[in-house]
Amino acid sequence: MELRRDVFQAIADPTRRAILTLVALQAMTPTAIAENFDSSRQTISKHIQILTECELLRQEQTGREIYYYINAKKMKEVADFIEPFRKMWDDRFNKLESIMKKHKSKN
Amino acid sequence: MELKTQIHAEDGRQELTVTRTFELPVELLFKAYTDADIVAEWMSTNVLKLENKAHGGYRFETIDPKGNKHYFNGVMHEIVPNEKITRTFQMEGTPFPVQLEFLEFESIDADNSKLTMHIVYKTAEWRDRMLQMPFAFGINMAHNRLQEIADKLK
Repeated sequence: MELRRDVFQAIADPTRRAILTLVALQAMTPTAIAENFDSSRQTISKHIQILTECELLRQEQTGREIYYYINAKKMKEVADFIEPFRKMWDDRFNKLESIMKKHKSKN
Repeated sequence: MELKTQIHAEDGRQELTVTRTFELPVELLFKAYTDADIVAEWMSTNVLKLENKAHGGYRFETIDPKGNKHYFNGVMHEIVPNEKITRTFQMEGTPFPVQLEFLEFESIDADNSKLTMHIVYKTAEWRDRMLQMPFAFGINMAHNRLQEIADKLK
């Protein structure tokens, strides 16, 4: 349970959430990640380290480069990532429903 | 508040199912998927093309708050009015592979209907990555930094 709390603390930080967003799209090297931020390379490395320690990111060596990946298993365990997906569809469908209700009353 | 939308996604499978009931007659629910102006409204997108027939295609253009354009397209495989749409879906300019979507429209009674979307992905891993997108983007969409970075990537 100790680890679980750490994970939620990890994603409470906006920079770390931004890093997760980047890596969710594609695996990236620390240099490529850091290029997206104004903060120092060192600060970003620290954030990456925290995310890796919480197992939200995992690293893989490809040649001389280290790439960071989203750790799907961990994300599922700790954050139930289906919920935001469900919420996204629910919001969309609510909009569809209200638009069509108006459409119905017009006819 | 209870969400009306249900997601069924089993571990390790390359598919998922989205179901939702609507307080709408099935005809209106179906129309929301086939009328270009209405699609544009609820999906918040520009509809460049929407051909509701087998072998027809569709293409949407969505403009984010930064003015960047994102494109989505697919091909219609089968369309049965008020019953089903089978189509592909792909996000252009992203590494995500094409996905196959089976949409089933059912009438519950005169005023209520149900939609079932069965989506099949290339692999289980791609499905999980797609599932993670709203999580990754959505934890705090309002956060400027996050938005900026997401925009830069597109």
